[in-house]
Amino acid sequence: MTIINGKPEAEAAGKNLADYLKEKGYPEAGIAVEINGVIIKKSEYPGRVIDGEDVIEIVSFVGGG
Amino acid sequence: MEKTNHMEYLPGMENIGSEIQNKIMEMTASFNSGDFTEEDVCRALEKDVCSPRDFMALLSPAGENFLEEMAVKAQKERTAHFGNSVYMFTPLYISNYCENGCVYCGFNCKNKIRRARLNEAEIRAEMENIAATGLTEILLLTGESRKYSDVEYIGNACKIASEYFKLVGLEIYPVNSEEYKYLHECGADFVTVFQETYNPDKYDVLHPVGSKRVFPYRVNTQERAVMGGMRGVGFGALLGLDDFRRDAFAAGYHAYLIQKKYPHAEIALSCPRLRPTKSDGNINPGDVDERRLLQIICAYRIFLPYSGITVSTRERAEFRDNAMKIAATKISAGVDVGIGGHSTSEDKGDGQFEISDPRNFDEIYRALSSKGLQPVMHDYIYV
Amino acid sequence: MKEDKLILGGHEFESRFILGSGKYSLELIKAACENAGAEIITLALRRANSGGAANILDYIPKGVTLLPNTSGARNADEAVRIARLSREAGCGDFVKIEVIRDSKYLLPDNAETIKATEILAAEGFVVLPYMYPDLNAARDLENAGAAAIMPLAAPIGTNKGLCTREFIRIIIEECSLPVIVDAGIGKPSQACEVMEMGAAAVMANTAIASARDIPAMAEAFGAAVKAGRTAYLAGLGAVRDVASASSPLTGFLG
Repeated sequence: MTIINGKPEAEAAGKNLADYLKEKGYPEAGIAVEINGVIIKKSEYPGRVIDGEDVIEIVSFVGGG
Repeated sequence: MEKTNHMEYLPGMENIGSEIQNKIMEMTASFNSGDFTEEDVCRALEKDVCSPRDFMALLSPAGENFLEEMAVKAQKERTAHFGNSVYMFTPLYISNYCENGCVYCGFNCKNKIRRARLNEAEIRAEMENIAATGLTEILLLTGESRKYSDVEYIGNACKIASEYFKLVGLEIYPVNSEEYKYLHECGADFVTVFQETYNPDKYDVLHPVGSKRVFPYRVNTQERAVMGGMRGVGFGALLGLDDFRRDAFAAGYHAYLIQKKYPHAEIALSCPRLRPTKSDGNINPGDVDERRLLQIICAYRIFLPYSGITVSTRERAEFRDNAMKIAATKISAGVDVGIGGHSTSEDKGDGQFEISDPRNFDEIYRALSSKGLQPVMHDYIYV
Repeated sequence: MKEDKLILGGHEFESRFILGSGKYSLELIKAACENAGAEIITLALRRANSGGAANILDYIPKGVTLLPNTSGARNADEAVRIARLSREAGCGDFVKIEVIRDSKYLLPDNAETIKATEILAAEGFVVLPYMYPDLNAARDLENAGAAAIMPLAAPIGTNKGLCTREFIRIIIEECSLPVIVDAGIGKPSQACEVMEMGAAAVMANTAIASARDIPAMAEAFGAAVKAGRTAYLAGLGAVRDVASASSPLTGFLG
């Protein structure tokens, strides 16, 4: 099953990344996505279909020192 | 004969492309000693660590009024870094052939003096006698002639010196880094070369002929020596040739830059003043009197508290002993600046200059001890 | 006084105070930043929340340079990974490398920090490595291509002040890069002191986040850093001892 930010996600597989992010309400700016250890460029989001085996990290900024 | 350009390298001279020369030239050119006030000197004396500008203040005319305060501060630094140790050594001149025409030097190739070069047996005889006094550090010197004292000859002298001494230093003509590597393998660990003056225009006038004319090759000597693996390098301006404050500054700043770039290298400073020679008894250090010389020595100690400072036999005994107590750390003893005087009753080659402190090893040892100083022969470990 | 700018990787800044954004409400960031006159603010990267959670980028005034850190990294590889993600997230080329594998005192791992610096500098990042003030490590960071050195004053978050004063002094003296003192500065007076010593900038977070009035403390830090810098440039006056009349050391000169 697809793992996103450490959690199994049954519904993600088969969707393209852009649609998935929008559907889940992630902000458009200030995020980065890594799939299986590889950073995905923003321009590649629509063309990248999520696989059932993918391990995905979606990150954004928080306060820090 | 037309004079060569003293700022251009000659064939065979290694150009390491260092930025250090420009830094020295720029900083030294900005040093107008009259600009510094007593306030600047006080500020420098108050600091834990002096900047190059503080060093300028200490060397300035304003600093002359604070000589006692500078001496107190210098002595504190000296004690903190070296305790009461004084390192003893002797120079051994193995050849006085020279191809240069430095107008102030007794070895000037135009001077009609007795020239000599020691052969291997003579070098051994000299070293045996010196070693018998108890000294374990030696400084090998030559006139500047690749023809009469080539690198192989000097390397061989280093090998012999390693048999008799624990520490071997060199004061020879500047060579390339590969040659320093070779000499280091032969047993030499320290290289001293005096820039004489850091003012290129004056340098041009004073060095009309010979490979020594090439100013940048000489300035970059210490860096090539460190690149060649030498443990330490010595710096010095011959005080009295040009504006002595600027020259003293440049030599100290040069040492500072080398230490910064090569933090593992040991640095040492000398502060030779001009002396009369056999060919010209009128040569003198001009405006660099003893007070000013002591000011320079104290400024060196305060600016570079960890560096070795040597005071040569150009100075009288009382000055040397007091300078050791205040700020300097290294003293030569039983000095003969000619060729062959350690093993025969008379030099076979004439000396480089006239010395002011003829005391032998025992006399200096006793004088230092009576002042509460501790003569040390060497303190190195080889691993 | 001639123009005095903080230059990091070719970028110029008027302000020498770097503000942290951790451990206080997003609503106060703008005021803190403006009151301090900060032009650089640090951020951290974390797993994103879905569902339209507040985005810190919306709270940072325009024109302020973002300095993401690599907190959470325990080795060089992780720091590199976080830095690359930060850049992809649109944070620019700045990165503060932070490699920590000690959960109690949070002290940085200099060896791994040097490795990460080398990799990221080669990729064009403006690398600001947070480090334990060790001179040899500082030299290695300089050689690795860092844009500045960020030695700690005290363990992160302790507000203990200049515990490493002498070692920071040595690094300022020996390194040609700007030295930005980071971590442990607890009071404006300490920030001022380290600026008087010649630090290029100060970064603070906890000291401000733990104040009763956050924007006011940010203002105090901004002013203290400015005062310290001005004093450094002005050249501190000498504490003048009374000159001694006798000359016990130099009397031999007559």
